Amino acid sequence: MRFSLGSLIRRSVDPEVRERLDRLEIPFNEYGVDRYGISKQYLGPSLTALKFFFKYYFSVESHGIEHVPKHGRVMLVGNHSGGIALDGAMTHASQFFEMNPPRLAQGMAEKFLNKVPFASQLTNRCGHLTGLPEHAERLLADERMLMVFPEGARGTAKLFKDRYSLVHFGTGFVRLAMKMKTPIVPFAFLGGGEAIPTISNAVSIGKLFGVPYIPVTPWLFAIPLPAKLEVYYSEPMFFEGTGSEEDEVVHGHVEKVKERIASLIDQGRRRRRGEPPLVTAGSGGSTSVTS
Amino acid sequence: MKVLVPGIGGRLGKMLAERLIELGHDVIGIDRRPFRDAPPGLEMHEIDIRKRAAEDVFRRVRPNAVLHMATVTHLVVQSEDRYRINLGGTRAVFEHSHTYGVEHVVFVGRHTYYGAAADSPLFHNEDEPPMGLSSFPELADLVAADLYAGSALWRYPSFVTSVLRMVYTLGPTGHGTLASFLRGKRVPTLLGFDPLFHFMHEQDVVNALCTTLDKRPRGVFNVAGPQPVPLSMVIRETGRTNIPIPEIVFGAMLGRFGLPKLPTGALEHIKYPVTVDGSAFKKATGFEHAIDEKGAMGAYRQSFPRPHS
Repeated sequence: MRFSLGSLIRRSVDPEVRERLDRLEIPFNEYGVDRYGISKQYLGPSLTALKFFFKYYFSVESHGIEHVPKHGRVMLVGNHSGGIALDGAMTHASQFFEMNPPRLAQGMAEKFLNKVPFASQLTNRCGHLTGLPEHAERLLADERMLMVFPEGARGTAKLFKDRYSLVHFGTGFVRLAMKMKTPIVPFAFLGGGEAIPTISNAVSIGKLFGVPYIPVTPWLFAIPLPAKLEVYYSEPMFFEGTGSEEDEVVHGHVEKVKERIASLIDQGRRRRRGEPPLVTAGSGGSTSVTS
Repeated sequence: MKVLVPGIGGRLGKMLAERLIELGHDVIGIDRRPFRDAPPGLEMHEIDIRKRAAEDVFRRVRPNAVLHMATVTHLVVQSEDRYRINLGGTRAVFEHSHTYGVEHVVFVGRHTYYGAAADSPLFHNEDEPPMGLSSFPELADLVAADLYAGSALWRYPSFVTSVLRMVYTLGPTGHGTLASFLRGKRVPTLLGFDPLFHFMHEQDVVNALCTTLDKRPRGVFNVAGPQPVPLSMVIRETGRTNIPIPEIVFGAMLGRFGLPKLPTGALEHIKYPVTVDGSAFKKATGFEHAIDEKGAMGAYRQSFPRPHS
């Protein structure tokens, strides 16, 4: 039998991952590749690795996952927490391991990633297409789950002291949700700042590697500590309209989503400190907001 | 129906000619290249589409439809001549069609029109502008020919114009850019990049062209069949060996070690995908592909098995 790295990787795929991959509601072809190039061959090993981090290393705890629609188009909209994409990776894992049937949360990758060898290949094969409006619309039209961080790279660059704050939210995601008649599920991600406490961002060294910056931690590199990570999902929000409304209208909706996320963060922090929850934001039925 | 096909001398042209004759059309071919073993019943003119003699064919034959396939890619003809063939030839086709009462002109273009770039979306729509020219200016003549053909939509209201942007062809004749790229035993790729490749079986290409002649859709259309697949998979399924090479080394190797001398911009096409949304064409014509991606790769592999050294 011919021994190769590829076959070793294929054999090491976790049985639970394998079983869940087969239950994904994504039209894969005979080779296990969908029309966007998402490949079971890549998802298998990547989710096997994520499982270790999700279940054991960070033992991620999620709350309110029952608010996430089981089928159809949806946008998960959350805050950035941690200098590298821990938040995205763990939310992706949460959707895959905790939803039934499992869902594939597709992130929108930073544009520079597509120019970096291997990163380009890995992100694309795992479903995280370059963050272009055309991609987002097409995926939603195909009833996929999109994972969006409206803070963008400004959000991952948050320093340790600012770890619970929210920076400026872009508005594109709300316009997209309105245009594509898609529910937004706001979520809060907690603990990324503790896992990777950024004390500074090395911008010029980052440029050498073709990335916007490299987060610097007290132990220099962004190797995450096994801190406790948590995801809080809220009930879906709907914004009716066409997506071409005036900025004021859209800004209002963006603020509502941002407030919802801020209150989820607050709720999470109180819980972490062992304080009782305040008036609940995020329980009960779904909210419908009409513009 | 009398169908005139400039550029019929290629392998695809031959398949098309056979099919059109089967369907009962009178087929008239024009090509600079000699057409060996032309199917019986084909009226062949071995002339240059840009020359006087080609206009005489239009005048004498008075075709109902013209299927313009006489364009060449950078990978086939690498000279100044390419510009003249692609632009001068396309202009001649449309002008003669206008002068001699043609009812329908089909421009057979390429999906590489959209260009390959890191920030280029998957599944281009017809209204997207070509974005690849800054990195790969050598594509300019094909892009210009495509846009020129599109301008016939308002320039010549007397006939119907269909501009087709076809994905790569793959199949038993080994016709086309992708098929040529896969010809050797080993296929060089760029280390760390594995773009999606969009292709269809040549039988489906012929079907799409015949459907276009039949339905006469007016406008610009992407033509695609099955879903695209990663390049590494195309290489594997056609029985070739993938040789990933770091980009810097690859650039230096072009023109040496048996690799064609390509402009570095051509590398973008094995680094980033060019895929198209073919739904508008399907809606306008009812076209459906018959052979999926596996079938197309398998057919190529069968006709062009991995060469032995």
